[in-house]
Amino acid sequence: MQMADTPYQFPDASGHFGPYGGVFVAETLMPALAELREAYAACQNDPEFVAEFEYELKHYVGRPSPIYHAKRWSGILGGAQIYLKREDLNHTGAHKVNNCIGQALVARRMGKPRVIAETGAGQHGVATATVAARYGMECVVYMGSEDVKRQVANVYRMKLLGATVVPVESGSKTLKDALNEAMRDWVTNIADTFYIIGTVAGPHPYPMMVRDFQSVIGKECLVQMPEMVGRQPDYVIACVGGGSNAMGIFHPYIGVPGVKLIGVEAAGDGIETGRHSASLSAGRPGVLHGNRTYLLQNEDGQIIETHSISAGLDYPGVGPEHAWLKDAALADYVGITDDEALQAFHNLCRLEGIIPALESSHALAYAAKLAPTLPKDKILLVNLSGRGDKDMHTVAERSGIQF
Amino acid sequence: MSRIQTVFQRLQGEGRKALIPFVTAGFPEPALTLPLMRALVEGGADIIELGVPFSDPMADGPTIQRASECALAQGMSMRKVLDAVRAFRSENAATPVVLMGYANPIEAMGVETFVAAARDAGVDGMLVVDYPPEESVAFAGAAKGAGLDPIFLLAPTSSEQRFADVAAVGSGYIYYVSLKGVTGSGKLDIDEVARRIPQIRAAVGMPVGVGFGIRDADSARRIGAVADAVVIGSRIIEEIEQSPRDEAAQRVAAFMRGIREALDTIGSAKGVTQ
Ligand SMILES: Cc1ncc(COP(=O)(O)O)c(C=O)c1O
Repeated sequence: MQMADTPYQFPDASGHFGPYGGVFVAETLMPALAELREAYAACQNDPEFVAEFEYELKHYVGRPSPIYHAKRWSGILGGAQIYLKREDLNHTGAHKVNNCIGQALVARRMGKPRVIAETGAGQHGVATATVAARYGMECVVYMGSEDVKRQVANVYRMKLLGATVVPVESGSKTLKDALNEAMRDWVTNIADTFYIIGTVAGPHPYPMMVRDFQSVIGKECLVQMPEMVGRQPDYVIACVGGGSNAMGIFHPYIGVPGVKLIGVEAAGDGIETGRHSASLSAGRPGVLHGNRTYLLQNEDGQIIETHSISAGLDYPGVGPEHAWLKDAALADYVGITDDEALQAFHNLCRLEGIIPALESSHALAYAAKLAPTLPKDKILLVNLSGRGDKDMHTVAERSGIQF
Repeated sequence: MSRIQTVFQRLQGEGRKALIPFVTAGFPEPALTLPLMRALVEGGADIIELGVPFSDPMADGPTIQRASECALAQGMSMRKVLDAVRAFRSENAATPVVLMGYANPIEAMGVETFVAAARDAGVDGMLVVDYPPEESVAFAGAAKGAGLDPIFLLAPTSSEQRFADVAAVGSGYIYYVSLKGVTGSGKLDIDEVARRIPQIRAAVGMPVGVGFGIRDADSARRIGAVADAVVIGSRIIEEIEQSPRDEAAQRVAAFMRGIREALDTIGSAKGVTQ
């Protein structure tokens, strides 16, 4: 496989990506994180672990996921060719499951019978509940009570899978508060509990570990693109909430000559309105959820409420490695509004017969903006991180339709 | 010698234990912070831990979360917390004030600016919950440079190596979290505390305070028998929540007196190593 040498060696031993990342947690969690670092390092070096992970990805998730040429849509846009990495075809309908399987296997090796997770859109919660059922683990999922209302179908899916869903009433009652609550659970139940974080955020080693598990996306693309079109793409585009699907497809491409990486954040009602979730575009570095990164915060350092039509992007922080990629100019980060994302959502439905997740629709919308500005022989590879079944309610409501 | 060291030395001479209450600044309303601090002193506080409210208090249970949200909703901020300390210091030169909070409000102000402003306001120490020793070398250095004590946590999960790590950067006292969990939980294991404190005290060469889960005179007395200081937080916040606003200060003082009396019955104190 053609793998470029990543032009940096991060995280360093203490979990930092330049000034970002690190281990900013209360003392009670420090030994648990040290234990996790050791366990994960042992797994990485164990061919049996690697083989089991790969077996599960192939037979349970259905990997490798295909790459699809969105020919009709590209034709109508009239410029560069758009290719979609079909993470929406994974079991459970999004990229999240890649990481959940990896972490659940680590949990099993550590002898932890109970797993917990935070979730926003519910995709990570569903993926965690799924692997917990698969491996016979107890599962508790924390979810902001606002998101419980927005994502009724996913709440029911988690319950069907045997998980307990705990609505979180504190703070803004969304993803960041679910993460706080999951951390509190972990601190209280360290001995028997493994915390499966759903994105490339949190204290070291999570940003690295989640990146490693999600990198399967980009590694497959490195092989698939030459097979399909004889070369690597000119652009790789992915939406960024916490940043796991983006990091998964970006990381193997960092340092590959001629490939530009573009992360798409949720601009909500527009960056200028203040109602958005674009931490890299509009935030400042600070410390939250165990790492230093770009955050949406007020003058006093309080985290502010965010907005996006997609619950999965509605988060005031971003993984620390993205903060580093931005500062090092190794990736560009742009914003797409709710309306632009919805437009792309509908276009993909009508023109390609694919119902994308609202999160992924942000990446699609940016591709739709960029493609017409480029010649027809340029190639855009978009990470279609998930499918839109979970978003039926939100989209229908926007169109004034009630079920 | 810092105000914090002075307090522990005096108490050791008297054979008494330190009582360290915690209140969230700005709760239940910003105007009550100063009267509540006075009430704590009146009730027998040796050091006051003043909570700096944060939007995402990851290490706190529901009681202190509620207090933080309430304070923030009324516009409490780091600057206003420092104003409250300045007002307190203008009438009380003896009782140390330790700020307890999270890293981000400090980083938003800038570490150097914060440390200078805290010193000028009359702050004596800082406990930043999400700054473990490995992430706070610069912060602890800046604090010590300004004559402030950076205070660190140890937990039941901490190894002996951690005792040494914390001792290397911390000063003032060590705050031993007496249970696995968040503030306000109820699973206090007194035998475990009794076993750990002497080891920790010997390793760190500082007084050791114990907090999380201490709710009444009995638990305070039993913890005080083995530790150098007893920290009470959530229970005081509950007292304030349950009081009519105009009685909150008196009721907090009365609650404190009950704890103080219990601590003072312990009699001969063994071994503050200062
Ligand atoms: C389909 C999909 N894409 C993207 C995201 C955003 O997460 P991340 O930025 O970690 O990929 C989510 C989160 O729920 C999601 O469900």
